[in-house]
Amino acid sequence: MPFIPHTEDDVKTMLHAIGVNSIEDLFDEIPQDLRINNLNPIAPGLTEMAMGRDMKARAERDAGLACFVGAGAYEHHIPAAVWQITGRGEFLTAYTPYQAEASQGTLQLLYEYQSMMANLMGLEVSNASLYDGASALAEAVLMAVRANTHAKEPRILIAGNLHPHYRQTIEALVRPQGIILETLPYNDTTGCLETSRPKIDNGDIAAVVIAQPNFFGGIEEVDGITDWAHQHLALVIAVVNPIAMALLKEPGAWGERGADIVCGEGQPLGIPLASGGPYFGFLCTKMEYVRQMPGRLIGRTVDQNGNPGFSLTLQAREQHIRRAKATSNICTNQGLAVTAATIYMSLLGASGLADVAKASHDHSSTLCKALTALPGMRLRFNSPCFHEFVIECPCTAKALIHTVLKDNILAGLDLSLMSPELDRCLLICVTETKTAQDINAYVQAIKRALQHLTSSLTVED
Amino acid sequence: MTLPQELRYTTTHEWVRVENDTATIGISEHAQSLLGDLVFVDLPALEKTLAVGDDAAVVESVKAAADVYSPVDGVVIEVNSALADKPELINQDPYSTGWLFKVKLVGELPLSLLSAAEYQAMLNEEE
Amino acid sequence: MLIFEISAKGRKNHLQAPRLAPEAKDIPAHLLRRTPPIFPEVSELQVVRHYTQLSRKNFSIDTQFYPLGSCTMKYNPRGVHQLASLEGFLQHHPLTPISHSQGYLQSAYELQEILSHITGLSAVSLTPMAGAQGEFAGVAMIRAYHLSRGDTARTEFLVPDAAHGTNPATAVMCGFRIKEIPTDKHGDVDLNALRAAVGPHTAGIMLTNPSTLGVFERHISEIAKTIHDVGGLLYYDGANLNAILGKCRPGDMGFDVMHINLHKTFATPHGGGGPGSGPVAANERLKPFLPIPTVGYDGDHYYWLTEKDCPQSIGRLSAFMGNAGIILRANIYARLLGHEGLCRVSEYATLNANYLMARLQQAGFTLAFADRRASHEFIITFKKEAKTMGISAKDIAKRLLDYGVHAPTTYFPLLVPECFLIEPTETESKEELDNFINILMTILKEAKESPELVKQAPHTLPVRRLDDLKAARELDLTWHKSKKPEEA
Repeated sequence: MPFIPHTEDDVKTMLHAIGVNSIEDLFDEIPQDLRINNLNPIAPGLTEMAMGRDMKARAERDAGLACFVGAGAYEHHIPAAVWQITGRGEFLTAYTPYQAEASQGTLQLLYEYQSMMANLMGLEVSNASLYDGASALAEAVLMAVRANTHAKEPRILIAGNLHPHYRQTIEALVRPQGIILETLPYNDTTGCLETSRPKIDNGDIAAVVIAQPNFFGGIEEVDGITDWAHQHLALVIAVVNPIAMALLKEPGAWGERGADIVCGEGQPLGIPLASGGPYFGFLCTKMEYVRQMPGRLIGRTVDQNGNPGFSLTLQAREQHIRRAKATSNICTNQGLAVTAATIYMSLLGASGLADVAKASHDHSSTLCKALTALPGMRLRFNSPCFHEFVIECPCTAKALIHTVLKDNILAGLDLSLMSPELDRCLLICVTETKTAQDINAYVQAIKRALQHLTSSLTVED
Repeated sequence: MTLPQELRYTTTHEWVRVENDTATIGISEHAQSLLGDLVFVDLPALEKTLAVGDDAAVVESVKAAADVYSPVDGVVIEVNSALADKPELINQDPYSTGWLFKVKLVGELPLSLLSAAEYQAMLNEEE
Repeated sequence: MLIFEISAKGRKNHLQAPRLAPEAKDIPAHLLRRTPPIFPEVSELQVVRHYTQLSRKNFSIDTQFYPLGSCTMKYNPRGVHQLASLEGFLQHHPLTPISHSQGYLQSAYELQEILSHITGLSAVSLTPMAGAQGEFAGVAMIRAYHLSRGDTARTEFLVPDAAHGTNPATAVMCGFRIKEIPTDKHGDVDLNALRAAVGPHTAGIMLTNPSTLGVFERHISEIAKTIHDVGGLLYYDGANLNAILGKCRPGDMGFDVMHINLHKTFATPHGGGGPGSGPVAANERLKPFLPIPTVGYDGDHYYWLTEKDCPQSIGRLSAFMGNAGIILRANIYARLLGHEGLCRVSEYATLNANYLMARLQQAGFTLAFADRRASHEFIITFKKEAKTMGISAKDIAKRLLDYGVHAPTTYFPLLVPECFLIEPTETESKEELDNFINILMTILKEAKESPELVKQAPHTLPVRRLDDLKAARELDLTWHKSKKPEEA
């Protein structure tokens, strides 16, 4: 039987020990009118070989595109050792380290992860992960409302140039608790937050959410916004790309006092694109807010012989103890993805991570320059960018994307996703994985597509 | 262990010491022993108005966290700031140095408060 | 030894990072990082050796019997993992047009259909990223349903006292007040207390069935009627679905919405604490409120259904579509087993649990609910041993580790003192179960003859019992370069 080791003799002996005649007898407490006897609408089982052929065919249907889309999920080179080690059964098939003595491997790894992540963000504490970047931001918003005792109302100001899916996720996850979400507008020329800020009184706002880089890839002037928020007794929540933090100023150093809560998507740190998950969300904060933090935390301590060891700590904040009054309902997190990220960060080191960031930035600038040299293509926003930028095309972004798909190039993201008036805008990402040849092939494909699309437009006109 | 006779108690294991219009509040010896070694105490904000039964504070041990409910109506006038660094004071001496907060009483004391003898009887029953 | 402590300045892996990385001259200097983060500087071999050695300090399903109640630690088939890790799947960007996503979309759509058959509910959204997020989705859907009818008075959610801690935490996240419902002495919900608790404020109830006490809730139809009669809805916590696959369906029991833990019932790896995946299934009444995106099929192509198609949806719970890789794995697992294999899961999980329970009772262990049939898990209590020998459930759990068995879930459910919640799962052999029984009997003997051996356990693991008090009082959550040399 698939994955069931019992022999017929085993079953007989076991039923005898229980004192029943059949396995069916073991379900005698289920009321008869609720019983079903099969799951026949589901197909019969397959062998591993047949399944292999089927899934390989499916994987091939989805393969083969050169990816120039980012928008929250980024293709980076993943060193071979990352998933070779992460995939070891001892990491893969363990569960939450409730029995600390039998989980020192995972616990120590998570402590190392917390150390690296807090350091990368320039803050004192990191938790052991949340589900993904978007849901981590929702948790950060809830945390800020708990932590900010000056706020008169649970009101949050959110950057208008935040990833629209992140905004939707926050709406879904925090609205039921009566939290008020308002938008901090961005400037139509720079794509960055407006330098003139709304007039607010102290205590009007619990927190301000700033994305660095923003959804358009632009780099925000974070110091001024951070200080402005703090002057009005609001906390600052930074949503950042962890690779970018090897190059850009870390949130702990923003403004006079630094961001209070930092969160984001951990996927760029060694996690494959994989249709959108599993990724992991990270969340860091200042020590003064540690008890308001959701999710698991690992602490270093000693055992009864005085030797160092690691265990889950501050568990009283969590749902399995605090139940209705927990900081969050989160239980299972994304341990395996964090394992990969920890190994990735160790392999690359600070300088390797900075090289990835700088190379991505450089390749992105190269493509941007080449594209804006094409007729009708212009840079939509004029702020400096990290590794994504927005090009306004002479045709709809949708048409352009579909035309170059024929060359097996995924040209970028159609920004009508963000708003209908951006339907000619293409959000393009280039990372260190793209060579000069890849970039050239992209430019040539776009050139051909533009000729085709604009000539057909002329005919229609 | 004998209970301090001059204090009043609640069924949820808080104690109250009333002096003129001020009440000092803490948790009982029994409560601290159930919780075990405390690691953190979250005390109410000064000037906070509390009604009987309101969540007033949280005491947290390694494996548990318990709400402390206000046994009286009043306004918080002082909190035991020594607990921030030494929550173990509650374990060591719950009825004196381990006090939690003081309120300025508003109105009458609730009738539901127990005498030391009544509280002891309740504990005996729980045994 | 921490990875930071084997670091040496200037060591670097040159092949893993890009070679030519020019400075970013177009970014204003005040926006750049001034001091690099403190990461270890180690060779590839040092990294591989360090983390391989760490892995060996873990218990796992691959290496040990892991009867962790309520967590369904069954074997995670290797073939499933390998096929979900094909390059075409791993390199697929979540925002790829559907023309180049049909392989993934088909797999997701099939899983929606399979889960619908298993649960007896008509529609499924796969996006919740863990059981707790599935719970959130379901309770938020119930909230949205009431509000869509202008029914704003429903502010209370009922939760049995035996429930997982995530249940009350979830209902609070959805803005509800909690009313706790007691359990009767047989392990069923106290019906009189339930009837007294319901009313026009009742939004719904969250139930696990079989419950966390390891028994089937026999009055489920009556509970469903009681809740529906007052206008409330029923949420099913799918943590224990492994026990009833192909035997009965939450939809038939009267539940309106539920989540399924793919990392439990569908054998996806637990990964040292995740990723999980908690798809949510709903009946016709709650279907319009399912979280987006879901996958549709027009007989020719698979496509995404988003907010445009589902205007009443509670919205989006993640940046993309949840833990897509786990969804793939669950699809492969379910289709490898097929309908017969899926039915066998509950049969053998239940057989293993009842066998262990019967043998342990014969061996003198105290069952929490001796008059009941076990579901796929059951509870023993060491209340007697705690009183007579001063040995706690924790002591026995720690001693089990010395014998190479992961401890069952301890001290949960909270209703039963000094308890073990034991879930062997269907993938364990009779020999493994017999071995576990023998070990427990040995430990009980040790507890009588040399109690210190048990009270001081574990003795053979990488560390002895840890000082949790120190961990909480002197928080050390990140490594810092020792400050002492600088101070000196």
